[in-house]
Amino acid sequence: MNTTTTTGADASMHNPGFHPSASDQRSDAAMRGIARRQQVQDAVFHRLTQAFSLLVLVALVGIIASLFINAWPTFKTFGLKFLWYVEWDIVNEEFGALIAIVGTLASAGIAMLIGVPLAFGIALFLTETCPVWLRRPLGTAIELLAAVPSIIYGMFGLFVFAPVFADYFQMPTQQLLGGMPLIGWLFGGATNGLGILAAGIILAFMVLPFIAAVMRDVFEITPPILRESAYGLGCTTWEVVAKVVLPYTQKGVIGGIMLGLGRALGETMAVTFVIGNANRLPTSLFSPGTSIASVLANEFGEAEGLHFNTLFALGFLLFCITFVVLALAKWMIIRTEKAKGA
Amino acid sequence: MQMNQALYKRRQSTNFIGLTLSMGAMALGLVVLLWILWVLFSNGLAGLDANIFTADTPAPGSEGGGLRNALLGSLMIVGLSVLVSTPVGILAGIYLTEYGDNSKVAEFTRFVTDIMLSAPSIVLGLFVYSFAVATVGNFSGYAGSLALSLIAIPVVVRTTENMLRLVPGSLREAAFALGAPRWKVSLMVTLRAAKSGVMTGLLLAVARISGETAPLLFTALSNQFFSTDMSGPMANLPVVIFQFAMSPYDNWIRLAWAGALIITLTVLALNILARVLFRDKVKV
Repeated sequence: MNTTTTTGADASMHNPGFHPSASDQRSDAAMRGIARRQQVQDAVFHRLTQAFSLLVLVALVGIIASLFINAWPTFKTFGLKFLWYVEWDIVNEEFGALIAIVGTLASAGIAMLIGVPLAFGIALFLTETCPVWLRRPLGTAIELLAAVPSIIYGMFGLFVFAPVFADYFQMPTQQLLGGMPLIGWLFGGATNGLGILAAGIILAFMVLPFIAAVMRDVFEITPPILRESAYGLGCTTWEVVAKVVLPYTQKGVIGGIMLGLGRALGETMAVTFVIGNANRLPTSLFSPGTSIASVLANEFGEAEGLHFNTLFALGFLLFCITFVVLALAKWMIIRTEKAKGA
Repeated sequence: MQMNQALYKRRQSTNFIGLTLSMGAMALGLVVLLWILWVLFSNGLAGLDANIFTADTPAPGSEGGGLRNALLGSLMIVGLSVLVSTPVGILAGIYLTEYGDNSKVAEFTRFVTDIMLSAPSIVLGLFVYSFAVATVGNFSGYAGSLALSLIAIPVVVRTTENMLRLVPGSLREAAFALGAPRWKVSLMVTLRAAKSGVMTGLLLAVARISGETAPLLFTALSNQFFSTDMSGPMANLPVVIFQFAMSPYDNWIRLAWAGALIITLTVLALNILARVLFRDKVKV
C-alpha cells in the first residue's frame, strides 16, 4: 500500500482550486515532508522487524556451527567409527556414541509404542465420544499434562513411579516371563524400577499430550460431510475413525507422532532421573542405560579435554537427529493443513 | 433382506472395544495428571513453611534452610529473559505477518521457528555455554537468561504471528485509508487488536521457561549463597531441585519437593490464566 500518494491526495482534496495560495503551498510542502518522514520510518520498521525475525535463523546457524566446531576434535580422532564404537572410557579418552544412541532410541521408541496408542485413544475420545460440555475441560487437562515441567516427571519417576513399577510390574513379569525362551532375556536384570523401560514409560506420558493435541486438531479438520456420509452408510464410530478419519488425516497424524518423537529424543531431565545412567549397552528392558541428553546433563560439569569435545559431538548428533525428525513432522502437518484448504 | 448377524455382532463388539479402550486412555491420562499433583502436594506441603522464603539453600549436612536465593535467582533469570524475548519475539512475529507473505526467507524462518519450538533444550544450553560461558570464563545468570530466551522467543514469535493473523484485514485497510504509515498500523492497530492473544503467548512462554532445567545446568549453574549478581553463577529453582532431589540428605529432598510444588503450581497457574485470557484460539 502506498501511503505517500494517499497523504498527498488528502492534502489536495482539502484544498480544491487551480491556484493554491501561499499558505496552501506551505502546508502542501509540510504534508510532503510528513509523507517522506513516514516513508523513512516505514523502511526502518521493515528492516528492524526483518532483522529480529532473521535472529532465529542466525541462532540456528550459530547452534550448528558452535556444536560442530567444539565437536571437531572428537570427529577427527574417531572418525565415522564414533557412531558405532561401544566404549566410554573417560580415563583413557576412548569414546563411542553407540551406548548413548541406543539408549536414546530405545527409550524414545518405547515411549512411542506406549504413547501413540494412548494419544490416539484420547484424540478419538475428545473428538467423537466425549460430551461437548466436557471437551474443553478434559482437553485442557491433557494440555496441562504437557505443561508440567520435565524435572517434575523426573522426580515423580524416581521417587514414586520406580518403586511401584519394581514391585508390581518388574518382579511379577520377571518371574512369569524371565525363564521363557526367546523373550526371557528382555526381562532379565535387577528389578529396582529404573532402566530403559521405566524411562520409556515416563517419556510416553510426557509426549502423549503433544501427540494427542495434533491428532485432535487434524481429526477436527476432517470435513463433516465425509464423517456424516460414513455414519449414514451405517458405520460404527470405530469404523468412521479407523477407516475414514484416520486415512484422511494420515499425514497429520504421522506428523504429530514425529513431533512427539522429536520431543522424546531430546528430553533430558525426566530421562536422567529414571534411566539408571550406566555407560554400557542395555541387555534387557530392565537394565540401566543412558541417553545422549542424560550423558550431557550428568558429565558436562566435570568434562575436560577430549571428553568435553565428545559431549559436544553427542550434542551435535542429537541436534541433527531431532532436527530431521521435527522437520519431517512439520512438513507432514503442513501438507495435511494445506490439503484441507484445497 | 437378510442381515449377516455374525458380521453385525463382530462390528459392534469391535466398536465397543475400541471406544472403551479410548475412554480408558483418557482416564489413564487424567489419573497420571492427578497422581502427579497428589504426589506433589503430599510431599511438597511438608517442606513448605515460612523458611522457604526467608532462608537460603542449606549447606550439605546442615539442618533446615529454604529456597530464598533459588527463588530470587529464578525470578531474575526468567524476568530478564522475558524482557529480552518479548520485543524480539513480537517484532519478529510482526514481520512474519505483515511482510512475510510472499517471501521465501520468511517461510523458511517460520519453519525453523517451529522446529526450534521443540528443539532439545539441553543442546541450546551447550550452544550458549560455548559462547557466553566459555569465552567469559565463568557461569552466569546472564548466560542462563540467554539460554531461556532462545527457548521463549520461538513461542512468542509463533503465538504473535497466529494472533495477528486473526485480526480482520478490514481493520488494517481502514487504518491505511486514513493515511497511517505501516509501522503505526502494525504497532497501534493490529498489535493492539491482538493484545490479549499476544499476552497469552507471553504467559505460555514464561510457563515454558520457568520449569526448564537442562539449559540452566550449563549456563547459570547454581550458587549455594544469596546473590543478585547476574554476571556470576546464580542459584535457580530448577537446578537446585535437580541437585537436591539427587542428594542423600533428607532436608534437601524435602526442599526439592517444596520447590517442585512451587514451580508446578506456578506453571499450571500461568497456563490456566493464559487459557482463560484467550479462550480456544491459542495453539503452541
